Amino acid sequence: MKKTMLVLMTMVLALTLAACGSKANDNGTNNAAGGSELSGSILAAGSTAMQPLVEQVSKKFMADSKYSSITVQVQGGGSGTGLTQVSEGQADIGNSDIFAGEKFKDADAAKAQELVDHQVAVVAMATVVNKEVGIDNLTKQQLVDIFTGKITNWKDAGGKDEKIVIVNRPSSSGTRKTFEKYALGTASEDLPGNIQEDSSGTVKKLVGETPGAIGYLALSYLDDSVKTIKLDGVDATADNVKSGSYPVWAYEHMYTKGEPNEIVKAFIDYMLSDDVQKTDITDLGYISIHEMQVKRDEAGNITK
Amino acid sequence: MNAMRQPSPGGPGDAKPAAAPAQGKPDSAGAKKGGPSAGNPARPKRSRRSRTASEWQGKAYTLICVAILIVTIFSMVFFVASKGLATFFTNGVSVSEFLTGIKWSPDGEPPSFGALPFITGSFATSILAACIAAPLSFCAAVFMTELMPKFGKRFMQPVIELLAGIPSVVYGFVGLSVVVPFLRSIFPGQGLGIAAGAIVLSIMILPTITSIATDSLSNLPRGLKEGSYALGATRWQTISRSILPAVLPSMLTGVVLGIARAFGEALAVQMVIGNSPHIPRSLFESASTLTSVITLSMGNTVKDTVQNNVLWSLALVLLVMTFVFVGIVRLLERRARR
Amino acid sequence: MRMSNKTADRIATAVFYFFAFLIIAVLASLIGFILYRGLGQISWHFLTSPPETFKTGGGIGPQLFNSLFLLVLTMIITVPLGIGAGIYMAEYSRPGRFTDFIRLVVEVLSSFPSIVVGLFGLLVFVQYFDLKFSLLAGALALTVFNLPLMVRITEQGIRGVPREQKEAGLALGLTRWHTITKVLLPVSLPTILTGTILAAGRVFGEAAALLFTAGMSSPRLDFTDWNPLSPVSPLNPLRPAETLAVHIWKINSEGVAPDAAQIAAGASAVLILTVLLFNLGSRWLGRFLYRKLTASR
Repeated sequence: MKKTMLVLMTMVLALTLAACGSKANDNGTNNAAGGSELSGSILAAGSTAMQPLVEQVSKKFMADSKYSSITVQVQGGGSGTGLTQVSEGQADIGNSDIFAGEKFKDADAAKAQELVDHQVAVVAMATVVNKEVGIDNLTKQQLVDIFTGKITNWKDAGGKDEKIVIVNRPSSSGTRKTFEKYALGTASEDLPGNIQEDSSGTVKKLVGETPGAIGYLALSYLDDSVKTIKLDGVDATADNVKSGSYPVWAYEHMYTKGEPNEIVKAFIDYMLSDDVQKTDITDLGYISIHEMQVKRDEAGNITK
Repeated sequence: MNAMRQPSPGGPGDAKPAAAPAQGKPDSAGAKKGGPSAGNPARPKRSRRSRTASEWQGKAYTLICVAILIVTIFSMVFFVASKGLATFFTNGVSVSEFLTGIKWSPDGEPPSFGALPFITGSFATSILAACIAAPLSFCAAVFMTELMPKFGKRFMQPVIELLAGIPSVVYGFVGLSVVVPFLRSIFPGQGLGIAAGAIVLSIMILPTITSIATDSLSNLPRGLKEGSYALGATRWQTISRSILPAVLPSMLTGVVLGIARAFGEALAVQMVIGNSPHIPRSLFESASTLTSVITLSMGNTVKDTVQNNVLWSLALVLLVMTFVFVGIVRLLERRARR
Repeated sequence: MRMSNKTADRIATAVFYFFAFLIIAVLASLIGFILYRGLGQISWHFLTSPPETFKTGGGIGPQLFNSLFLLVLTMIITVPLGIGAGIYMAEYSRPGRFTDFIRLVVEVLSSFPSIVVGLFGLLVFVQYFDLKFSLLAGALALTVFNLPLMVRITEQGIRGVPREQKEAGLALGLTRWHTITKVLLPVSLPTILTGTILAAGRVFGEAAALLFTAGMSSPRLDFTDWNPLSPVSPLNPLRPAETLAVHIWKINSEGVAPDAAQIAAGASAVLILTVLLFNLGSRWLGRFLYRKLTASR
């Protein structure tokens, strides 16, 4: 029995050593003496909504022979976690669907200053309702009235006589902030009885199944189970977002602490390359950053 | 010894049968291995000093293990408390607002941090879950020990233990696909809410309470039951007048343990409760628990901000409640022993 | 009018039968539901291939491996510690304040909500010790709940050993430590082993604590690289790892693959079958060891 324990302890020790060993590899430095091939590893953590995108691109990146010695690890955890980890140096890239300045407020504003923003894609959000509601357009005012509780029945918004069920996001959610800022123009209240889900999959399931439900989803999640509605007569389509006529969209950010090192830069550049922007980003329902005809800054000011 | 009775690991049904046989046959291999001649021929020659050295090392090793246990719990309390208390000391949120406020809007202008909706939500779901599960567990336990012992031991107990092993994500998944649509079709509202949470939780804590009830039923002195039958009592009279009062204290322990488990359950509840940060007006209206709001918002907030710290304060409430539940269980056990 | 005793008895018995069968029906339909929805998905391809982000046909191979590997890692940490502390509780501790205190510690540790353990892991293992989201951080967090169980199982097992056997050892002039390692532990092995396997089942299904410690993604794994130092090696304990239970949670919430629901159903079925296997395995092993140890020779 003692021997068994000894063996076990040795294994633990070996694992710990292994742990330390691999940590040394983890720093993401390149050892290319000739400067031709980059190697090392990158950790990108953050937004769960961005995770499928970054994972997909990282697979493609690592399959590329030029970068085959680079390992990219993609983590979820939420935008807040991503920003925390990149600002503390635990992750090389912090994925966020919101400007860092909106998370690091007041006392922490200095932390946001250290982070360099790389906008890699645009995500647009559409208002969705249950199919039975019977409307296909809402004005901005109607939307505001619904999300602030002034309208509680669909018949007051041109639909059938059915109670409105709001499927919102938690108040910490970046998606909710985008929706409030650009669709409503005002903060929405957490009304008693409304439902809050953080994940797009659950929002879609609930809006699809619950009579009278309304919620909002990124374009990539839209399908036949829910009804997408127009905002002030404008369809939530990629083209309308690009031209600036549909306002509910946000940048997908990849933050680095200071300027990125060579391998992180290689990955971000790859992300921004036409090859990725025209295929994977579009396929996954995002909008290419290069095709945007409008730009927006953190305060929400739009420039052509 | 309570959590030992908790569901899967060491459910009383499992640990004991294996232990009992080993007890029954004292002349098992252990004795053979144990003899100095069988194991290690070199040992008898060892000097007294090396023997005491090995004895000392052994004892030191076990003490280190115990020390690790103690360090773990102290560091848990320390770290969670240091983050959780920062809300009050660093961010200046008042404790009374936190515990009694009913408005939760950490990102609002001005922000408010009333956690009462979550605290009531947690209590309501877990107590309701125990109310559903306790009578069912008692029935199951009586059935397994009194009515059909063979069938119960062979079939029902393993199935109930399996129930304990089903991961909570799977429960949440089933709850969202079965319980929620079912409630939605019968009751007003969207199906999500305390009722849905309590139903899912009641199935999850059923094994905990059942195994404790079964345990105490089978530990009853034989004379108790036989005496009652001998007096001409029917089975129901025996169960209701002799057995139930005798097992009630340990049933209560089981119920408290069940509540404790339900109180801390996170993912399954979060999927079916709706997560609205309000005290609901009915059981079928969207509500929140301490655990659901933590899972929902933890990843979205940034470390060391007040929005993040306040979630740690909620975790601290969970931690404190764990101590309270353990305390109640101890109290009940002490009373039961008397 | 008072009901006759007999009628009351009959009604009560019927009620007991009703509820007992109700429970069985609920259980059977629960397990049936999961298996019915999931079994169709399970194939060799499903069990071995990596998941797809936005195409159909993804599998759960890496997740299944991660779950098993994490389990092994957790056990490597937990078993020696748990057995050590269990031995202390069974053999060295004297009744008194200190022992009562340790008992309280064990009890409280095993009752902590898994999410609190997960958050603790996030703060201490992931951030403070800078293990990042990794298998090792996950295993350490799981150790926090598994350890008290191991302690109890060991203590129970050792206390179950008959006195005579222990005394025989001591009478032969063995030190206490030798009596423990050569007599008590081997005899209580079946109990400890069955308990350990059952505890392992719980580890297998845990998700809440792992969301914050082992992470929600599985990096590219090269199943031909078995050097634990390499970042793409499946054996590297410092890589992030998404387990099966976490994967179910993730694809239910953010899955964009068109067949996400089917994959979740399939993965749930695999998870349940594995837990079933653990349960049956521990029973079988317990019986097998018992027979082996008591066989007359």
